[in-house]
Parts: sequence; structure tokens; C-alpha cells
Amino acid sequence: MVQEVSHPFSSYLRSAMIPHIWCSGCGNGIVLNCFIHALEELQRDLDKLVVVSGIGCIGRTAGYANADSFHTTHGRAIAFATGVKLANPELEVVVISGDGDLFAIGGNHFIHAARRNIGVKVICANNFNYGMTGGQQGPTTPLEASTTTTPYGNIEHPFNLVHLAAAAGATYVARWTTLHVRRLTQSIKRMLQKEGFCFVEVISPCPEIFGRRNKMRTGLEMMEWFRRASSVENFSDPSKAEITSKRILVGEFVNVEKVSYERLLHEKIGQINEKKIVW
Amino acid sequence: MPERIRHAPLGNKKVKQPNAEVHIITDQCKGCGFCIKFCPKKVLEESQEINARGVHPPKILDESKCIICSFCTAVCPDFAIFVVEKPCKEERHIKHD
Ligand SMILES: Cc1ncc(C[n+]2csc(CCOP(=O)(O)OP(=O)(O)O)c2C)c(N)n1
Ligand code: SF4
Ligand code: SF4
Ligand code: SF4
Ligand SMILES: [Mg+2]
Repeated sequence: MVQEVSHPFSSYLRSAMIPHIWCSGCGNGIVLNCFIHALEELQRDLDKLVVVSGIGCIGRTAGYANADSFHTTHGRAIAFATGVKLANPELEVVVISGDGDLFAIGGNHFIHAARRNIGVKVICANNFNYGMTGGQQGPTTPLEASTTTTPYGNIEHPFNLVHLAAAAGATYVARWTTLHVRRLTQSIKRMLQKEGFCFVEVISPCPEIFGRRNKMRTGLEMMEWFRRASSVENFSDPSKAEITSKRILVGEFVNVEKVSYERLLHEKIGQINEKKIVW
Repeated sequence: MPERIRHAPLGNKKVKQPNAEVHIITDQCKGCGFCIKFCPKKVLEESQEINARGVHPPKILDESKCIICSFCTAVCPDFAIFVVEKPCKEERHIKHD
């Protein structure tokens, strides 16, 4: 064994911010790890990359990635990213945020960015609750799950995020767990090479807050659940991909081409400036 | 991804044996155990040592068993472990069927 201080991805991380604050066994670090791995394999220029996060544990990603990054207000990561992308379509704009941030307070931004096909890439770390604020129930909490606000078991039907994204018009939709590091990295690479709105959901362990109330006290126990429950099926019907304690369907669900909003916008501006459009 | 996996050795007369070097940044480890549990070759185990973060980081059981799949590197949430392929001292002739 050799002791070494420099990890191969260290240049992609802000050294002053590492080690990160995430709990032992938290999946957020794996999401960041796979994201960096995808950037490295694609040899992406960090000067052309913008990482945008909202508020939450996973929202701290913006501070850890050594790119131009923005830690925005709660729920507004996609709104902010839209502005960046429209102002400068040359930039690769990636939103990395949580289930609460993107689908509760930020839900409207998500569906309309997908509908308009704005070329931002969204990665959601879905840990089934609001980790940062103490584990409240959120829009992806499974039925019957225990959280601090559903101590007798959740009675709200959760969103099936891949179905939501596909129905709203996303051009790429995939779901993996933090155990599927290879395929997750592959999916992130794929989405980074696409033009339109793309969405990757990562089922991620929050052992410290969600797991401990649901008989999975450690990250390992949560990962064991993912291993037991997940099955890989590519291009299956996303409407049938609801997550239950018995079954987590993972895979790619959508991969289509569609012209992006920013391309149409800048084309339109060009036509107006050349007076090809008059009214 | 290691060279060895990127280029399939079939058809080559000489094949390089994987020669791994597992690096553990002990004080960055939070002791989640993912690398130990999910290593396909059981290269790692929990050590008795207590690191700066108050947990038991992994230690190497048998480095020669490592196939450089890099799963440990990818699954570590804390960027505390990585594997590199050491240059081979010599290439070994193998027989193809
Ligand atoms: C406008 C506003 N409302 C509420 C909050 C409190 N708040 C902070 S993080 C959070 C939820 C985070 O959940 P999620 O996005 O799933 O991230 P996680 O912590 O689970 O990674 C909430 C409600 C806030 N910061 N701002
Ligand atoms: S509270 Fe949950 S999501 Fe937040 S850092 Fe801890 S394990 Fe991760
Ligand atoms: S590279 Fe693969 S075989 Fe080697 S220690 Fe890591 S997980 Fe085990
Ligand atoms: S995966 Fe990383 S943090 Fe977890 S035990 Fe291994 S080295 Fe430590
Ligand atoms: Mg969450």
C-alpha cells in the first residue's frame, strides 16, 4: 500500500472545500464522483462548464466542483441555469440538486424547462427526503416511509421522476442508483453530449436522516437495498417505473433529438436582425 | 479506465499482467465501507487504525488480487481511494486457443 495525498480527480475539486461535509455513507459524494469521472472521460474544459445547485445537502455540490458554479436560492437552480444558458449557449450548464429543491419548490421550473427544451442538463440526487433540514417528507418520499413529518408512514403518492421528465418533454431520461457507478457515469457522458434538456435521476442513500427512520442505519444497508431492489431495463415504459421498497427500475428511458430552445431563440433573433421577419 | 481494459488483449501475442497500486488517503476516509464491501476481488478490509475523522479506514489485504476495475475509486463518496496501474516489468507470452 502506498499513502498518497493526491487523488486523480483533485483538480476537479476545490481543495479548500474538501473534505466535504456530507455524512459517512451519503450518496452525494458518489454523484459528484461520477459527474467528475464523466467530465474527465470527455476531457471537458472546466472553463466552459457551469455547475448550478439549489439548496439542500446535494446543493453544496456547486461549492465543491472546481468550475464556475452558482449556489442559488432554494428551488431556483433551473431558473438560474436557464439564464446562463440563454445568455451564452456555448457554456455547458449542469444543474445538480435534490428531490426537494427540483420537484417541490422548484417543480414548475423543471417541467417548463423540459417543455421548452432548454439545453441544461439536470442531475437529481433523490434521497427521498429533505436531508438538510432534518428529514421532512417530500415529493419523492415513498408511500408508508417514515420521515420526521410522516412518523406514522407517508400517505402521499410520490412523483415518479422519470415519468414526469419524459412526459414534460426531456430529450434524455435515465435513472440509476449510486451503486450503478459505471452506468451512471455513462449516462452523464451521454447527456453531456446532447443538445436539449436532459435528466438523470440518481437514487442516493441518506442513511443519517432517511435511512435511520426506515431500518437502514448505514449507507451500506441502503446500498444493499438498491442492490436487492433494482433491476436494469433500458427503454422501458417510464410510467411503469414507480419506486417501491421491492422494486427500483433503473436504466435509460428516453433518448431522442429535438431542437433546443436556445438554438431557436438565437435563430429567431438573427432573422429579426436581418429583417427577414417583419410585422 | 486502465489501458488493459480499453484494449482487448485477444490477438496479442504478449499480454501485460495487471499490476495494481491501491492508494488510500486514510485521513479523508469516512469509513462507509463501500470500497470494502463492493470490491469484486476482496482486496480490502477494515483496518484497526482510527483516522483523523475517528473511523476505521480500509487497508489492503492482498494487492496482487486487484484487477484494476476501479470500482472502489468510483464508489468512494469521499475521494479517499484510487487505483493506478503500475508499469509492468516484463511482458509475458501467452498461448491463445
Ligand atoms: C425558500 C426556502 N424555503 C425553505 C428552505 C429550507 N430548506 C433548505 S434545504 C430544503 C430541502 C432540501 O431537500 P433536497 O432538495 O431534497 O436536498 P437534500 O438536503 O435532501 O440533499 C429546504 C426545504 C429554504 N432554504 N429556502
Ligand atoms: S443528511 Fe443525508 S443527504 Fe445530507 S449529508 Fe447526511 S446523509 Fe447526506
Ligand atoms: S480496483 Fe477493483 S479489484 Fe482493485 S481494489 Fe478496487 S474494487 Fe477491488
Ligand atoms: S469508500 Fe471511501 S470513504 Fe468509504 S470506506 Fe472506502 S475509502 Fe473510506
Ligand atoms: Mg433530498
